[in-house]
Amino acid sequence: MLRFILRRLLQMVLAFFGTTLIVYALMFAGQGDPIQALAGERPVTAAQRAYLTEKYHLDATGVGGFFYRYFDYLGGLVRGDLGQSLTGRQISDILAAAWPVTVKLAVIAMAVTVIFGVTSGVIAAIRRSGVFDHATLVLTLLVLGIPTIVLAPLAQYFLGVRWPVFPPTAGAQPSFYALLLPGIVLGSLSLATALRLTRTSVTENLRADYVRTARSKGLRRRRIVGVHVLRNSLIPVVTFLGVELGNLMGGAIITEGVFNVPGVGFNLFRGIRTEDGPLVVGIVSVLVVVYLLSNLVVDVLYAVLDPRIRYE
Amino acid sequence: MSDFETVAATENQAARRGVSGEPGTPGRAGRPDRARSLAGDAWRDLRRNPVFWISLLLVVLVAAMAVAPGLFAANDPRDCVLSRQHAGPSGGAIFGYDFQGCDTFARAVYGARASLLVGALSALITGVIALVVGMLAGYFGGWVDAVLSRVIDIVLGIPLLLAAIVLLKRVSTSGDTVRLFAVILVLALLGWTTAARVVRSSVITAREQDYVAAARMLGAGNGRIMWRHILPNALAPAIVVLTIALGSFIAAEATLSFLGIGLKAPTISWGIDIDAGRVHMRESATPLIVPSTFLALTVLAFIMLGDAIRDAFDPKLR
Amino acid sequence: MTQNAVRPTPASPTPPGGHLLEVRDLHVEFRTREGVARVINGVTYHLDAGETLAVLGESGSGKSVTAQAIMGILDTPPAYVRAGQILYQGRDLLTRPEEERRQIRGAEIAMIFQDALSALNPVFSVGWQIGESLRERAGMSRADARKRSVELMDLVRIPAAAKRLGDYPHQFSGGMRQRVMIAMALALDPKVLIADEPTTALDVTVQAQIMDLLADLRRDLGMALVLITHDLGVVAGVADRIAVMYAGRIVEHADVHALYRAPAHPYTKGLLESIPRLDVRGQALSSIRGLPPNLMAIPSGCPFHPRCPYVQQVCVDEVPHDLVLGDGRTSACHFAQEVHDDRDG
Repeated sequence: MLRFILRRLLQMVLAFFGTTLIVYALMFAGQGDPIQALAGERPVTAAQRAYLTEKYHLDATGVGGFFYRYFDYLGGLVRGDLGQSLTGRQISDILAAAWPVTVKLAVIAMAVTVIFGVTSGVIAAIRRSGVFDHATLVLTLLVLGIPTIVLAPLAQYFLGVRWPVFPPTAGAQPSFYALLLPGIVLGSLSLATALRLTRTSVTENLRADYVRTARSKGLRRRRIVGVHVLRNSLIPVVTFLGVELGNLMGGAIITEGVFNVPGVGFNLFRGIRTEDGPLVVGIVSVLVVVYLLSNLVVDVLYAVLDPRIRYE
Repeated sequence: MSDFETVAATENQAARRGVSGEPGTPGRAGRPDRARSLAGDAWRDLRRNPVFWISLLLVVLVAAMAVAPGLFAANDPRDCVLSRQHAGPSGGAIFGYDFQGCDTFARAVYGARASLLVGALSALITGVIALVVGMLAGYFGGWVDAVLSRVIDIVLGIPLLLAAIVLLKRVSTSGDTVRLFAVILVLALLGWTTAARVVRSSVITAREQDYVAAARMLGAGNGRIMWRHILPNALAPAIVVLTIALGSFIAAEATLSFLGIGLKAPTISWGIDIDAGRVHMRESATPLIVPSTFLALTVLAFIMLGDAIRDAFDPKLR
Repeated sequence: MTQNAVRPTPASPTPPGGHLLEVRDLHVEFRTREGVARVINGVTYHLDAGETLAVLGESGSGKSVTAQAIMGILDTPPAYVRAGQILYQGRDLLTRPEEERRQIRGAEIAMIFQDALSALNPVFSVGWQIGESLRERAGMSRADARKRSVELMDLVRIPAAAKRLGDYPHQFSGGMRQRVMIAMALALDPKVLIADEPTTALDVTVQAQIMDLLADLRRDLGMALVLITHDLGVVAGVADRIAVMYAGRIVEHADVHALYRAPAHPYTKGLLESIPRLDVRGQALSSIRGLPPNLMAIPSGCPFHPRCPYVQQVCVDEVPHDLVLGDGRTSACHFAQEVHDDRDG
């Protein structure tokens, strides 16, 4: 187990260098004017130009200069120093304020997913080909097929503006209630996927040979499904949820943007909109790390859940 | 990130788990030999499936809009007059006018072209990459497979939206055509993996068939065997996956355009219009609802079409 | 299909109080999209306390389905019991409520399966799985169940049982896994153990060890054993009686020695001739021609007639009844006596 974790950790470190290098290279290399590239179409003041040149060591040239700058950027990333956005705020401060909101939103979405998605998936599998099964299949297909950029604004319009059940936007210090609608919208996608995954997984496991064995032991059906089948079926579901939680933590760019939830995704959304290069680079870099970390956690989780992997 | 990727996520479960060391997990569609012998059955099932017909009809309709939008909308979508801002329906504008005073319906109709162009071309490039990579990995196995499967794992692990943001940042100041092709390329580069896995597993199944061994004994070369015997087997499942992928590519394009890093005005895209409609939803919701409906129906149509075909070919899921 | 009247089965007289387990004229069919497959067509056999019955047949002959019907673990749909009785200690299990049948499973009649790796739950330790019946069914405490599990693992001769309690099925070898299965089945002291091809997935040397173990356990614990197999070689040393199945019915039923000495059904004869023998040299190994029947369209008359070297017109027209031969054995063949007497085949 320890060796497994260490191996995965090493892989993650390599992946960290690889992805950050790619991000950095794509953002900065080969552009005519790197400062203008960072700022996009916005005019750059002399002060900003001076700051960016110093911050990213843009005076150094060539491959050596590139790597010099890359490692400098990496060092900053590791220290948590992400520099300033074009609006002059410390990016780390922006993120520090945004994280709690994003985490809250992600937790709501995850709760929705687990409570409705996984439960319904199990029920659909047990009552396979029944009315409930067919209804959930159609509904999840709809949810999966409707892009968030449609779902989020329409939910906002119908449930926030037309029939104001929920506050249409979250605002600066969002309450739990204000986060509920964005949380549900955000969770609905994971919900649909989790439901289908759970259904498939439980269905497959219900057919497994060990179920026949459990029946031949004279166990109650409730126990066979609730212990034997569920424990096996939930391995892929839990790992999916882990990946999904990582994704949600990474900020739901669209949902947070539409509902004005001041989380990480919202700041990235704003950074893209305002062509704030440093902000985008900073957030994307941090998100890549979050993503890698969540993948690591998921792999370890997978090993914990599945003895066959644990003892490889 | 969980946003438009999730469309394809049902395809990707095993993949998205991000667990390395099981690149061989075949997708649901990896049963080409059975699929082939069941082609007649599958078609009979399809013909009776209303979902298939509805989605096919929608796809044809959208395609027609993309080719000849003038047949559907009377007005010029770029003929925008601010004095008509949020005006009600009149003339050919059955859904009235948006914030800029453009014909909402005409814009939605003309938006089909960009969406379908991006979707179809991305799917095409995806298909080519997936067939080449999947065939090579599946047919030759060994280290070729190991390397390619690792590449697939890595690309699968890239968060699509973040990667697109990074990649498309580079063309943020370029012209319309460049942006269009950049979007297509980015989507294809990030989206080929699922199809490649499906091709790979069907190739592996086909490779083990007796007639392939027979062809090899008769002296057929690798190229000929791959082209004549293996490719046909891999094609059907690949087409199913690509149909669904086409739907998600359309959703992805709209999302990128919505964010402002995909297509930009004057190109007409549903994503751009949804964003514009969203901002002014309190004054008038139609400019939000109309392109939203067009986009959702189009994406759904492709996904349902792929789903219906796959279900017909995969009796296990019945 | 068959109208065989229920008759007392041969080879052992009905003991007072009836047989321990008796299957009477059982019919099972599988309803699938493609049609109805008649998998069991009037199977009748019995088992007395402490004896070993081997049920022999090719895959698809219905031997496992019969066993699953006895256990009450058939998957419905697609499997439906159409007719017949399954008497355990005189009670017809098929008429009993599910709860009563569940109580019998494991505690009275236990079963082990062919592929122990897939039959064991991959995510629970073997100790947990053996102890589960003890905790859930016998109401033992966790500690007691643990202790008893170690004893059971010792009983089936798993070395260092106490240490291996926390191991998972995939960490065991094939033979050891099957031992775990057996330990699990023995947990509640069943009176009948049904072993469904217990050695098929194993190496030959391990096969012999498992068969010896089963024989010893049956003797030591005084259980009755139903040994389902397709391998005549496996049963020779272990079984008391053999029931040979073909196309969902028993075609021959005899004492093991009698059957080996002179089979009375062409199918049994074919099976015997297709095992390699060390004592007969220079004889070509024969095999039964043709394929097992399609259960959706079982041949008319005797279902074996398309493959039978003794075939006559009557075999095509009439379903043979169980002919009782002299030495208390039955054969469902129109020419049973002739086959029996035809020593040279």
